[in-house]
Amino acid sequence: MSQIKIANLQKSFGDFTAVKNSNLTINDKEFFVLLGPSGCGKTTTLRMIAGLELPTSGEIYLGEEEVGMLRASERDIAFVFQLFALYPHMNVKNNLSFPLKMQGYSRSEIKTRVEEAAKLLRIDHILNSSISSLSGGDRQRVALGRALVRRPKAFLMDEPLGTLDAEFRELMCLELKKLHIDIGATTVYVTHDQLEAMSLADRIAVMDGGEILQADEPAVIYNKPSTKFVASFIGSPGMNFININQGISNEQSTLNIEGTDFNIPKQYEISKSKKNSFGIRPENLSLTNEGGLKGSVFGVEYLGSRKIVTVKTNFGEIKVKTNISTSVKINENVQVKPSNNNIIIFDGETDRSLKSEFMN
Amino acid sequence: MDTSRSYLEPSSFSKKLAATIIIVYTVITLIPISWMVMTSFKNVNSAISYPPEVFFEPSLEGYVNLFTNRSRQSQEYLDSLPPPENWYEELVRSREMVITGPSKFLGRYSNSMIIGFGSTFASVFLGALAAYAFSRFRVPLKDDLLFFILSTRMFPPIAVAVPIFIMYRKLGLGDTHLGMIILYTVVNLSLAVWLLKGFMDEIPKEYEEAAMIDGYSRLQAFFKVVLPQAMTGIAATAIFCMIFSWNEYAFAVLLTQFNAQTAPPFIPTIIGEGGLDWPAIGAGTTLFLLPVMIFTIILRKHLLRGITFGAVRK
Repeated sequence: MSQIKIANLQKSFGDFTAVKNSNLTINDKEFFVLLGPSGCGKTTTLRMIAGLELPTSGEIYLGEEEVGMLRASERDIAFVFQLFALYPHMNVKNNLSFPLKMQGYSRSEIKTRVEEAAKLLRIDHILNSSISSLSGGDRQRVALGRALVRRPKAFLMDEPLGTLDAEFRELMCLELKKLHIDIGATTVYVTHDQLEAMSLADRIAVMDGGEILQADEPAVIYNKPSTKFVASFIGSPGMNFININQGISNEQSTLNIEGTDFNIPKQYEISKSKKNSFGIRPENLSLTNEGGLKGSVFGVEYLGSRKIVTVKTNFGEIKVKTNISTSVKINENVQVKPSNNNIIIFDGETDRSLKSEFMN
Repeated sequence: MDTSRSYLEPSSFSKKLAATIIIVYTVITLIPISWMVMTSFKNVNSAISYPPEVFFEPSLEGYVNLFTNRSRQSQEYLDSLPPPENWYEELVRSREMVITGPSKFLGRYSNSMIIGFGSTFASVFLGALAAYAFSRFRVPLKDDLLFFILSTRMFPPIAVAVPIFIMYRKLGLGDTHLGMIILYTVVNLSLAVWLLKGFMDEIPKEYEEAAMIDGYSRLQAFFKVVLPQAMTGIAATAIFCMIFSWNEYAFAVLLTQFNAQTAPPFIPTIIGEGGLDWPAIGAGTTLFLLPVMIFTIILRKHLLRGITFGAVRK
């Protein structure tokens, strides 16, 4: 197992730059998730680490070794494909032993390793089955098995749960996490599903437009997003933004919106942009009768344990996550107020979050 | 309304009609072939009798004549010979002839085998490599190259017979197995590349990527992972190539005479006494039909799936 480091990594396809100047360090034994919408460059980054694409510029280190220009077969890493790519003309056992045959292990060694992996993944009863007879979950396990028989330096997974149905996905999510804890392998996992990312990752890198916007622990990514994109992409629903049409000065700790003063965390940065916005997560807002932003109820969604109330204000729609006991009617006039100080001001020019007492 | 069947399913009347049409068509196409097989089991007289005999006493004379050279002898000479050692000598003697040696048929037949299977293998192998490259790599001028490859089939191959004849004579390839294998491979290759490219495009590239990650080189991945999955396409392509090179007549007449002559130009030259030896020709043609038939039956399952091209996805 080893650390993976990418430095100034760039990949262009003709005029299109899929990955822009990326830097990232993935620690040994870490479960690292690359998260982003489709076309953001996360799969291209993964394929470059695997050696399936060669970088246009930049370096990739696997442990101490620079592997950027090495062939995939020379890198000693395993890759789990979205569609599993199990060899359909071989049975499960042959699929699992295929990587070992190349490395010249003895027949008995191959047998032990295959059985070991099969036992770990609980697929020992289907070793002689053909691939086409397997369920989605079993195919997934075989694909993982093929990756781990070789005991590679790192596991790379490209949306491996994407084709499974919801029920299986949850189960496999748990199994993946458990497997990772059992074998402690450095894992890079690509997904566009934030729930998957949140539940699996030790750390997440959020990507958009070929750039890595933020790489940190799930809680930090969620609570202290470094850009407006991260704030809106993570969370369901995403963060609310209110355009405040005013600059921010150092040490400022109140903000006047529509004649009402709101407390904000003490700001440590100056921004003169008139397009700054005030960001707050739906669960940090509450409905009130006075002292908030005025609006009317536009929609109510029941989520079982919580309710999401959409309030139409002069600043657009604002989503509030409220207690299930809150009862509001459509078109009822309400006011929306922050219930705590978890507030982030985003710079209107750069879309970056400004430093403050909260965003430190 | 009859709700017992889906409206998408044909009615029993149209099913019966379709079956009838197919049976009639099959019978019509099979008449010449069965007549040929029947002729091969007739004797010389019943083969040319009029009206034609549909029921006849079967004889292996045609096959014996196909494989032997014979000469007519006087009755005194025949009487002076020791008694015939086996059934075919007896058959020949009853026609007042003796066997003077084996005919050239077996040699021509094995030439057909060598050239047919050799060029089929070469076309499919080279075609698969080229198709894979066209399917996976960024080949400069890819579309133009593919069109150029196809354009070699836009005229009948025999149109270039004269230049090929001259080239082959200068190169010493005339009347050689190698020369014929190369020629048929060249003609078949464009078909093979185009057919196989379609099949290669259908195979997700993740398979060979997985193999490359598993430590195999691209070429190893091609042989171990891509080729087994392209079997359908390979079988279909092989049958088409085989049928062409097995049946090819014009180039074989032009370029081969002794050493590498194939069966098609040889069979019509089987001449008996006092006219064509129809049973022997029938026998030669029947035997000629067998290898392609067996080859096709073996690969039939693949062929049927293959002809629908990419229509069937796993």
